[in-house]
Amino acid sequence: MSKPMSFEEPIIKLKEKIDELRELAKNADVDMSDEIKTLEERLRQLEIKIYSNMEPWNRVQVARNPERPTTLDYIKEIFTDFIELHGDRYYADDEAIVGGIAFFDGQPITVIGHQRGKATKENIRRNFGMPHPEGYRKALRLMKQAEKFRRPIICFIDTKGAYPGKAAEERGQSEAIAKNLFEMAGLKVPVISVVIGEGGSGGALALGVTNRIYMLENSTYSVISPEGAASILWKDASLAKQAAEAMKITAQDLKEMGIIDDIIPEVPGGAHRDPVSQAKILKEYLKKGLDQLTALSEEQIIQDRYDKFRKMGDFIEEIVQ
Amino acid sequence: MAIKSLLNLNRKKTKGVIVNSKNESSFPADLMTKCPSCRKIFLTKEIETNLKVCPNCDHHFKMTAWERIDSFLDVESFTPFDEHLRTTNPLNFPSYIEKVEADMKKTGLSEAVLTGSGTLKGEEVVVAVMDSHFRMGSMGSVVGEKITRAIEKATEMQVPFIIFTASGGARMQEGVISLMQMAKTSVALKRHSDEGLLFLSIMTDPTTGGVSASFASLGDLNIAEPKALIGFAGRRVIEQTVREKLPDDFQTAEFLLAHGQLDAIFHRKEMRDKVATIVKLHRKGGVTHV
Ligand SMILES: [Zn+2]
Repeated sequence: MSKPMSFEEPIIKLKEKIDELRELAKNADVDMSDEIKTLEERLRQLEIKIYSNMEPWNRVQVARNPERPTTLDYIKEIFTDFIELHGDRYYADDEAIVGGIAFFDGQPITVIGHQRGKATKENIRRNFGMPHPEGYRKALRLMKQAEKFRRPIICFIDTKGAYPGKAAEERGQSEAIAKNLFEMAGLKVPVISVVIGEGGSGGALALGVTNRIYMLENSTYSVISPEGAASILWKDASLAKQAAEAMKITAQDLKEMGIIDDIIPEVPGGAHRDPVSQAKILKEYLKKGLDQLTALSEEQIIQDRYDKFRKMGDFIEEIVQ
Repeated sequence: MAIKSLLNLNRKKTKGVIVNSKNESSFPADLMTKCPSCRKIFLTKEIETNLKVCPNCDHHFKMTAWERIDSFLDVESFTPFDEHLRTTNPLNFPSYIEKVEADMKKTGLSEAVLTGSGTLKGEEVVVAVMDSHFRMGSMGSVVGEKITRAIEKATEMQVPFIIFTASGGARMQEGVISLMQMAKTSVALKRHSDEGLLFLSIMTDPTTGGVSASFASLGDLNIAEPKALIGFAGRRVIEQTVREKLPDDFQTAEFLLAHGQLDAIFHRKEMRDKVATIVKLHRKGGVTHV
């Protein structure tokens, strides 16, 4: 059982109460099944109420849950014969991004994603899923390789952002991200991205110039973290909850703004409650997206991607006299 | 042509000349200017007629978009594009539009970038000039759209695209829509590039965040002005993350050049000549193989 998040407290409390009652009934040998039934029904309603109507800040908590399935968890469930490929061929292998080749329902594909660790040790090795330039350059190498062999590409987005470090700047963090945006625009194969956790700024977008963009129901995609926005707006990072609302970062917000194509529903309580079932749901969306895109010619695939990003923006054309 | 006589000739509207940002001087900006680098005090006019470069220490003051156009393109050759695009408030941020309108008034610009076509020593080019006096040059929908349209126009006209960047990055008040402007401009640049056309990115102080991590870094040649601040993450954020003091020249143009991130640094006084030469070197008519 995963650790509860603060907004889940009423559920946890009620569950404890039901357990207590059960224990009591057993020990005292009295029939309390009616009371227990009533409480169980109340629990069911409460879960529906809380999980189906989550505040943006609650979704941020779910998206950041350490036990939330990562790229490698989904790869294991969705693809077969995955072989991880390492390195950017220039400098290093950045473990904050993983990638490789695998079968998707018998079809060869390339899969790439941000990768955070679950325990501290792995998190340090993977730099908490915050890539250096070599991570983005590895991703681009694998994308160009996929293009050569005409494999579709699946990208999983799950990062707080590109790493803000000295070495990252020295090796061209800006250039690495920019080059991915530019080169992804020209890929002749279908590319789909799925935001599975946090989609933090340019470091997320560097895997996101794709024909289809999906977001898991409790994932976020933003130009700046809620804490960052709060400290700029109100000089107080503790107002992150308010910033999460103001910045419109949830899957529902992005769908409304027309930026993403679909919201992938999560299992009740969030993907971490049942990663296997979650992967099955995700797989259906990937299948649907790939079916649509493999019907297109190379030119149409590039045009489709161009049209998608070309229309992003919100402005007025003032009528000129 | 003397550079001094270039100033003001391209200008079609009257613009307030902005010499100092608030922290650069406490003197009446219209009369005297203190160089933030060498601390010497000059007549503002003396700096203006010197391409806003300190006569003593070569410090490059921030230019307005119109000053850049005037000092860079051929006299009266500039035609602006898309001045009719207006910013909206997609996230309903309090007083966002008021701030934008105040900067429109202050700078005479419609947004933080001025785009258009003109000639550079006779060569037709499309240019975009960002202006950090307008909302720190940050990129929202209008900036992204104007730059994208300018790139598309350059592609259609089959001419080079030249951008002078000056930006703190994505515009937070437009949220994730501003992030997507990085992708929009980049997909347009890819098309321009696929046509074999030249894109020059000229980074001026400051070029950071989402602008640095998109078109600013995508030039066939990436050029910068001396000492310009260029980088992805902010210095303070990096210092807090890595818990070490960063070198003084960290994220300067010179630092980037030393780390292989730039093709060249051009002094403002040689910018027009050097860039014109680069454009001439990229005229169509390279080697053709039968
Ligand atoms: Zn000086």
